[in-house]
Amino acid sequence: MPKELWKGNEAIAEAAIRAGCRAYFGYPITPQNEIPEYMSRRMPEAGGVFVQAESEIAAINMVYGASAAGTLAMTSSSSPGISLKQEGISYLVGAELPAVILNMMRGGPGLGTIQPGQADYFQATRAPGHGDGRMVVLAPAGIQEAVDLMQDSFDLADRYRNPVMMLADGMIGQMMEPIEWKETEPRPPVEKPWAADGRDGDGKTHFVTSLRLQSEKNERFVQSLFEKYAAIERDEVRYEAVGCENADLLIAAFGTTARIALSAARRLEKEGVRAGLFRPITLWPFPSRALRELAGQKSVKAVMTVEMSMGQMVQDVRLALEGMKPVTFYGRTGGMVPEPAHIAEAAKKTLSEVK
Amino acid sequence: MARTQVVYERSHGLKDVETHYCPGCHHGIIHKLIAEVLVEMDLLDKAVGISPVGCAVLAGDYLNCDFVEAAHGRAPAVATGVKRTHPDLLVFTYQGDGDLASIGAGEIVHATARGEQFTTIFINNAIYGMTGGQMAPTTLLGQKSTTSQSGREAARHGMPLRMSEMLSTQDGMAYCERVCVVDMPNLHKAKKAIKKAFTLQMQGVGHTFVEFLSTCPTNWGMTPVDAGKWVKSDMNRYYPLGVFKDLTAKKEAAEE
Repeated sequence: MPKELWKGNEAIAEAAIRAGCRAYFGYPITPQNEIPEYMSRRMPEAGGVFVQAESEIAAINMVYGASAAGTLAMTSSSSPGISLKQEGISYLVGAELPAVILNMMRGGPGLGTIQPGQADYFQATRAPGHGDGRMVVLAPAGIQEAVDLMQDSFDLADRYRNPVMMLADGMIGQMMEPIEWKETEPRPPVEKPWAADGRDGDGKTHFVTSLRLQSEKNERFVQSLFEKYAAIERDEVRYEAVGCENADLLIAAFGTTARIALSAARRLEKEGVRAGLFRPITLWPFPSRALRELAGQKSVKAVMTVEMSMGQMVQDVRLALEGMKPVTFYGRTGGMVPEPAHIAEAAKKTLSEVK
Repeated sequence: MARTQVVYERSHGLKDVETHYCPGCHHGIIHKLIAEVLVEMDLLDKAVGISPVGCAVLAGDYLNCDFVEAAHGRAPAVATGVKRTHPDLLVFTYQGDGDLASIGAGEIVHATARGEQFTTIFINNAIYGMTGGQMAPTTLLGQKSTTSQSGREAARHGMPLRMSEMLSTQDGMAYCERVCVVDMPNLHKAKKAIKKAFTLQMQGVGHTFVEFLSTCPTNWGMTPVDAGKWVKSDMNRYYPLGVFKDLTAKKEAAEE
C-alpha cells in the first residue's frame, strides 16, 4: 500500500476504528484533542458510538458500561485526565473488563504544560488505580508503530480481559509522519459469555462487579488476577534492540525519547563509541530478561537510561540488572525534550565514569 | 375436595435468596415492584440494571436480570455506555441519595441533559445507610445524622437537594415522578410509575426518572412503623409526591 501522511492523533483514532473499535468516549484535553474530534465524525460512519462525556470520570465509566455489556470500547486523554480516570481503571481491572486507554502524556505535575512528557510511567506501570492490579502498557515510538499497536491493544484487552494502556507522548500525537495502512485480517468476533447484555436462553443472569465482600473470596480473585499477569509476563513482552551486540554502552529509552536516543547513538558511533539502543515496547511487562542478557555482554560497561522525566523507568532498569552493571540516568522533564547532542554528552560522561 | 387458588406468589423477577436489608427498609419492596414490572412487560431477558455503591450494591443478587455494579455515583455514565452500545436493551440504574445527589451529581445532570434512554430509580432515604448514618445531600433540616449530630442546619450544612424538581427543568427529561411505598395506594402508584418509565424508555422518548421516598429505620433510630409515618409527615413536606415532568402528557393534551 502507498504511504500516506497522517497526524499522530488522527492516525491512532483511525487505527482504532480499523481494529474494530465501535465505541469511543472522551473529554477534551490537549495534546490529544484531534482524537475525540476525529472520532466524532468517523465513528458514526463506521456504525459505532461516540459520546463526548461530561468528564474524564464519566468517559471511563461509559467505557466500563459498554465493555460490561460486551462492546470493546476505548477512551483517550492526557496526563491530568488519566489521573481522573484511575478510579474507573481500577474498577475495569476488578471486574475483569477489556478496554483500551490512550495516554498522550504531557509535562506535569498538576496542570503542568501541554508539551510532551513521560512522567506518567510510574502511574501506568505501578498503580493504574487503587488495589492490586496491572495494565498492559504499550509504548510506540512513532506513528506507524502506534497504528500497528492499536490492533494489538484491542486483541490483548480481549484476550486477557484487562485494560490495556497505550502510553505515548504529545510529540507522537502532534507530529505528522508517512504511514502505511497494512492489510490486516478482520478481528474474529470474541465470545463474551460473561457480558451483561440480557439473560441467556436458560434464564442464567450475568452480574458484572468488582465487589467481593468476603476477604477470602477477594484474595482468591486477586491471586487469580496475578496468575493471568504471570502469563502476560511470560508471553507478551516486547522490545527492540538496535546495535546492542558488543556495544560499550546500552541506552535504555522508550517512545519519542528512544528515537532521539538512536540519533545520539549514531552520533556516538562516528566518534568511535559503540552505543546500542534498548527500547522496551511493553513497559509492563518490562523486558527485564532481554535487558539483562544484553547488558550481561562483556563489552557492555554501563546502561544509561534516558527519559522525559526525572527518572522513572530507570527503576525498572535497575531492578532488571540487580547491580550487574552500573546504571546512570539522563532526563529532561516538565515538557522539555532531550537533544541528541546532550544525550551523547551524557553517554560519554557515563563511560568516562565507569572506566 | 378443597379448591385452592393462587392469589399471590413471589415474583420470578426476584431470585430465591434471603435479603440482607434491615427490617423496615423499603429497598426490598421497591426491588419487588421492579421485578413485577419486568415480568409483566416480559423484559427480564433483555433488562440490564446498574447497581450503585451503598446498601443496594447487591441489587443484582436479588433481581433476576443482568446487572452491572458501578463505581460510586457513576451509574448514569455506566448506563450510558450500556444503552448507547445496546439500544435494544432495557437499562435502568438504581441509586441512593449519596450516590446520585452527592458524589454522582455531575453524572445524573448530564445523562438527563443528553436525554439518555435509560431509567433512573432514585432511592431517597435522606441518609447514608451503608456507611452508618452520615448526613446525605437530602438529609432534612433538623434531622440528626452521625455527621450532623445536633441536626442539619442551613447555615452550617446547606439545604437539602430536591433532585426531581431540579432535573425536571432539563429538556432531556421525558418523565419524572416522585413516589413512595408506605401504603397500598402509594405502592400501586409507584408500580405504575416504574411501568410508565420503562414503557417510555423503550419508546425512546428521553430520560425517565422515578424518585422513591424510602426509609432507613436503622440509621434514623426509629421503628419500621414510625419510619413509614415519618416519610408521610416530614419527608413528604419537603419532597412532595407527584409528577414533575411528563412529555407524553403534553403531547396527549395537544392531540386532544
